[in-house]
Amino acid sequence: MMNKQEAIFKYLVRLGDCALIHGHRLSEWCSRGPILEEDLALTNMALDNIGRAQAFLKYAAEVQGNGLSEDDLAYKRDERAFYNNLLTELPIGDFAFTIAKQLLLSVFENIQMQALCKSADATIAGIAAKSHKEVRYHLTHARDWTMRLGKGTLESNTRLQQAFNQLWMYTGELFEMYEEDAILNKQGIAIDLNELKTPYYNTITSILNDSNIKMPVADYMQTGSRKGIHTEYLGHILSEMQYLQRAYPDAKW
Amino acid sequence: MESVIVSSDFQSKIDQDANIEPKDSMPDAYREHLIRQISQHAHSEVIGMQPEGNWITRAPSLRAKQILLAKIQDEGGHGLYLYSAAETLGISRDEMIRQLHSGKAKYSNIFNYPALTWADIGAIGWLVDGAAIVNQVSLQRTSYGPYARAMVRICKEESFHQRQGYEIMTKMMNGTEAQKQMAQDAMNRWWWPSLMMFGPHDSDSPHSGNAFTWKIKRKSNDELRQKFIDKTVQQAEVIGLTIPDPELRWNETKQMYDHGEINWEEFKRVINGNGPCNRQRMEHHMHVHAEGAWVREAAEAYAKQQH
Repeated sequence: MMNKQEAIFKYLVRLGDCALIHGHRLSEWCSRGPILEEDLALTNMALDNIGRAQAFLKYAAEVQGNGLSEDDLAYKRDERAFYNNLLTELPIGDFAFTIAKQLLLSVFENIQMQALCKSADATIAGIAAKSHKEVRYHLTHARDWTMRLGKGTLESNTRLQQAFNQLWMYTGELFEMYEEDAILNKQGIAIDLNELKTPYYNTITSILNDSNIKMPVADYMQTGSRKGIHTEYLGHILSEMQYLQRAYPDAKW
Repeated sequence: MESVIVSSDFQSKIDQDANIEPKDSMPDAYREHLIRQISQHAHSEVIGMQPEGNWITRAPSLRAKQILLAKIQDEGGHGLYLYSAAETLGISRDEMIRQLHSGKAKYSNIFNYPALTWADIGAIGWLVDGAAIVNQVSLQRTSYGPYARAMVRICKEESFHQRQGYEIMTKMMNGTEAQKQMAQDAMNRWWWPSLMMFGPHDSDSPHSGNAFTWKIKRKSNDELRQKFIDKTVQQAEVIGLTIPDPELRWNETKQMYDHGEINWEEFKRVINGNGPCNRQRMEHHMHVHAEGAWVREAAEAYAKQQH
């Protein structure tokens, strides 16, 4: 059975890892955007995410209290100790795939961060308040592009539809709760993710309807990240991200 | 007759150090010179995102990653307002990109060198941006208003870039033996190409004549290069890096550094397309541009529906 400290640590690492891995994927767009403005928009959102990851992981390290830093957590943890949602680690794909991913994540984060602003833990509430402002912009950006691609040309509509179809089975996991949620929900530190489901799917439905995109269906929702079980993609992200820290363990950068 | 009036009015403005603005009359050659220079500058900012972008996913700390991301975004932003400045001269961004792809427009030669280790990110910030600043500070007083104003803004951000590059080098020189070697290796590889950024010697500089008369250029290639060397040598010494030039020494009489000769053969070879990364940089840009075509078409189609 987890104690409260372990529960907070795991919860913070989950939040931090989601932002870290999501930010990592977005940063891959650098010099690859379809227009320069989008190159900048996507990497700017990457920057927001890395900043958020740093804040959550720093707090996680403090809670753990064994002298490790946020960088130790980001750069020296193994794959099975990462708890980001699977959706964040999927490859960037084409621009439609990234936009679909952005929409599915930012609608979620928008309500998640808003709810976390009321966390009984003041540090979590503070990070959530700052993140909520950023995520609102991410959502606007994703919604605008969903509309443009959905209604733009047959090709853009087809690509976007395919992207949503492929990604849909990763949305269920966003709402999964685990041991840490049970402990922290009682104390008002974490939030009840079940309550976010209806507003989430309602918002997505309405945006997709407005964008001429059919609601995807999935006969199965993928799962695993709460236990640190990931797609094959995460290992490659980490071997790239952690390369310098692992290759030169004594170095400070 | 008209063109004589245009040019005398134009030159008198230039002589009084007044800015030329987009709606002012100007000789065609002035306009063309500026389009060439500003678009080359814009393309350099954009192509420069490639070598630096090569290290975002491998940046060794969360702080370093954020700084690098922010820096590259600045560079892209500089590209945007330089494209806008060039557009005031009557050329579209699409056309500038076509010229880049056809080889008519160039970008800074420095980005044809590879960013091989994390220390290269330090060297690019410190040396490459450091050299760019020396050039850009002097361009803040260039005669074309939109270009001069873009430079004022750009210079503010570039000095932050140079500091972040120097900080990376400093940390590495205070670090482990492997880090020190990595930093010195980056120094060895980036020093000479950075000096080449200022272009050929004044005696061999093909575009300088009119550029001075029109006050597009205020200081010569050699003057700017000397300024860069004089400020950078001491910075290197402070953190224990060796400048890879055995002939470099302080000249007490001239109060500046004497330096060895630049390898102009290499300079020409890289400019003519045979640098380590010329092909890679252009192929990447063309590939990405072609891949993004359907997105741009969709955005355009959607925008039309809204009217």
